[in-house]
Amino acid sequence: MTDSEERPVERPVARGELTARELLRWTWRQVTSMRTALVLLLLLALAAIPGSVIPQAGVDALAVTRWKEEHTQLTPIYETLDLFSVYDSVWFSAIYLLLVLSLVGCIVPRLFVYAKALRAQPPKAPRNLSRLPDHTFYVTDAAPEQVLARAREVLGKRYRLRTVVDGEETDAVSAERGYLREAGNLLFHLSVLVVLAGFAIGGLFGYQGGVILVQGSTFSNSLTQYDDFDPGGLFTPEQLNDFDFTVDDFKVQWLKSGAGAGTARGFQAALSYKEGHGEEKSYDLKVNHPLSIGKTDVFLIGHGYAPVITIRDGEGNIAYTGPTVFLPQDASFVSYGVIKASSAQPTQVGLEGLFYPTFRLYEGDPVSVFPEDLDPLVSMLVYSGDLGLDSGKAQSVYVLDKDTATQVKKKDGKPFRIDLRPGDKVKLPDGLGTVTFDGVEPWIRVQISQSPGKRIALAGVIMALIGLCGSLYLRPRRVWVRARRAAPAEPAAGSDEGSGDTMTTVVEVAGLDRSGNGDLAAVLADVVAALKNEKESRT
Amino acid sequence: MSNAAWETLSNQAVAAAGLAYFIALLVHLAEWAALRQVAPREAALVGAAADGGESEVAAAPESDGRRTPGERVAFLGRLGFLVTCIAAGAHLVALVGRGMAADPNRVPWGNMYEFTTTGTFVVAVMYLALYRKFRLDWLAPLVVGFVLTTLMIAVIWLHEPVQPLREALNSYWLVIHVVAAIIATGAFTLGGMASLVYLLKARAGDSAKATQGWMARVPDLVSLDKIAYRVHAFAFPVWTFAVLITGPIWAHEAWSRYWNWDPKEVWAFITWVVYAGYLHARATAGWKGRNAAILALIGLATLWFNFIGINYFSTTSQHSYAIEGPVKAGVSRLPAG
Ligand code: HEM
Repeated sequence: MTDSEERPVERPVARGELTARELLRWTWRQVTSMRTALVLLLLLALAAIPGSVIPQAGVDALAVTRWKEEHTQLTPIYETLDLFSVYDSVWFSAIYLLLVLSLVGCIVPRLFVYAKALRAQPPKAPRNLSRLPDHTFYVTDAAPEQVLARAREVLGKRYRLRTVVDGEETDAVSAERGYLREAGNLLFHLSVLVVLAGFAIGGLFGYQGGVILVQGSTFSNSLTQYDDFDPGGLFTPEQLNDFDFTVDDFKVQWLKSGAGAGTARGFQAALSYKEGHGEEKSYDLKVNHPLSIGKTDVFLIGHGYAPVITIRDGEGNIAYTGPTVFLPQDASFVSYGVIKASSAQPTQVGLEGLFYPTFRLYEGDPVSVFPEDLDPLVSMLVYSGDLGLDSGKAQSVYVLDKDTATQVKKKDGKPFRIDLRPGDKVKLPDGLGTVTFDGVEPWIRVQISQSPGKRIALAGVIMALIGLCGSLYLRPRRVWVRARRAAPAEPAAGSDEGSGDTMTTVVEVAGLDRSGNGDLAAVLADVVAALKNEKESRT
Repeated sequence: MSNAAWETLSNQAVAAAGLAYFIALLVHLAEWAALRQVAPREAALVGAAADGGESEVAAAPESDGRRTPGERVAFLGRLGFLVTCIAAGAHLVALVGRGMAADPNRVPWGNMYEFTTTGTFVVAVMYLALYRKFRLDWLAPLVVGFVLTTLMIAVIWLHEPVQPLREALNSYWLVIHVVAAIIATGAFTLGGMASLVYLLKARAGDSAKATQGWMARVPDLVSLDKIAYRVHAFAFPVWTFAVLITGPIWAHEAWSRYWNWDPKEVWAFITWVVYAGYLHARATAGWKGRNAAILALIGLATLWFNFIGINYFSTTSQHSYAIEGPVKAGVSRLPAG
């Protein structure tokens, strides 16, 4: 109802009397745009739902893979519908692009209307103020001119007043306020576009990559160093900032007692980093405290354990050595990992199993009773033969290809399992060699990303909020005060003071709430009180 | 006081608050029952006067000194209000105790139990604060009943001993983000109640029910719509601030992405869009009133679903208070290859 278009002033009930063209325009605005916008908004809400129940490739690629394995029938259907990447899908984009279109179609004309309205005078008082839904009157013996002057004074403070044009009747004061509401509304809707622009820039030019780094290792920022890399459509490798950093140390403060025992209180990774050929600096990377280098941010987002394991092959040569990243399976940090000694002779050796940070047997089952590596143990099964590494097919470092490998068994036919504590060494059967567990190193997972446009988006939402507050809290309204000498014969004055000989003045006060949400009765009562106040002080 | 003593105090204060809300509910139900004996017109007057104290009806005691039905209603209304104030006081003590029990002291918003107790507190306090301004006496049974029920749910199903904050929550953005989200949640809940009453009243129409007892005290549809709108209009910018400004800032610091379409984020966005729809609906011919009120309730449903329900539907949320154990962020996102 705030449509600045509406010109109800001369005739508050003018809607039926609009010209056909105006009617058409009004219909177009009200029905097409507002209702379309509303329907599109609700559609957008609806369309966002599937992405919260179905795993999303952009959020959790692993979960998507798992889901696909479990639902082989549904997968092709879901894939056709883009249900694994809802928020990049054609249909989702279509809805919000339509919304943007509708938004532009809505704002642009309103901008012009508003520009005009800003310069317009408050309209003349309607002929019959008592026809407005909110109106009141009182009778006074002050002269009309006096009342009107007072009205100008009272209203002039917070309202824009109509300046009297030559030849106009001057028995009334017209006042209007709350022009900024529409400005707020326009600012809000424009800001939505700004936010979308910021978001789009981030999506197109930004990237995020992740890498797991064992304590002591160094990362230098180039594409090949990332474990996973998710660039925007217009990303170019030249964007990568030139830096490297080393994880000198990683510490977790575990809570040892109390209700939160077993949860981490703090994580710190001490880094030393270098920008280009600059000097080396150090930084304590923590959760909630990313390191910013150029346009790139480095975040600490996960951690785990990398057992250091050495495999000597049947010929006594070291076929594999070093810390191997094991992935935590749950909050107890029991972690899963595989080791592939591809150069082992006479045949390749693969290990697959679990790492327990604080190993205990609980009713015969192996468990970890604490997530810190207080009493670590690795427990692994052994495979030998062809690990599928030579086929040229890309292989995950976290998966052991057992298709052509054979499990190493004990004499009695049960699987051969090695359980090692740090420093332990075990001899594999069949002359395969030996395995030693040398110790444990922590690893951290860092996320490295550029998010251009984030400041634009932020500025957009802040502007939107400001506009929103203006749009919601400003209450635009018009107030008219009319003062007329009451003809003694006129009973309309209906006042008990009107004695017939003394001249009385009837003061009518009426208002029009343009937001539809204000409490005009109270406003009018205030205006009347202020007007009367003056009268009393003068008499 | 030791931490354990604070925790005990907090638990006792929750119990006390629950008891007081329960008494307040009984008082309001008695008030409601008493309303039936009051003539319809009188009932409306009592309603109007309950905030001011003086009323033409209540001011005329019967000669034998017994209260008139109108007086009794007004008295019970005032009593219920007072008991609710006491309950809210105990509720506040419970929240403060929760924060003091943690080592180091912290804001009491670390898990679902704490969110829920704080959220209900906001509902109660907002109701008390707006009681006079909007003459909310008619909303009393609904508010007190809701707060009591939700508090019970929190104590029975969501209660957890005091723990230090998880690392990802340990940020001053938590304070800002969460406090805004909780205030908005409380306000949306209160506004949703007004919209619900709007729908009930619209449904009752001019039937006999609408002119008797409780319904007669409920403001007319236009005023109800305005009250609902005002509360929503307060909540919406606060929600915007919480989920579209501070949420992304915090997410950027903690998880490296300011918006990741994580299920919690998706639902916060859905809630936001639905409420934007509500605000639009109020300005759209044909959608005003009933449809707008329905949208407000849909918005509220999405809000509470996000708060509690989504945790059971999706496991990928990074909002770590929803999952057990240490921060899993990132670990679940490990590359498959
Ligand atoms: C991106 C989608 C949009 C969002 C998130 C949005 C959000 C909002 C919000 C929150 C309000 C409330 C502020 C108020 O009541 O003054 C509002 C009001 C308004 N919106 Fe939108 N809007 C969107 C698109 C549109 C479109 C496409 C149109 C054009 C038809 C439009 C026209 C209006 C109008 C005329 C108002 C003022 C209603 C009134 O005066 O109460 N909006 N919008």
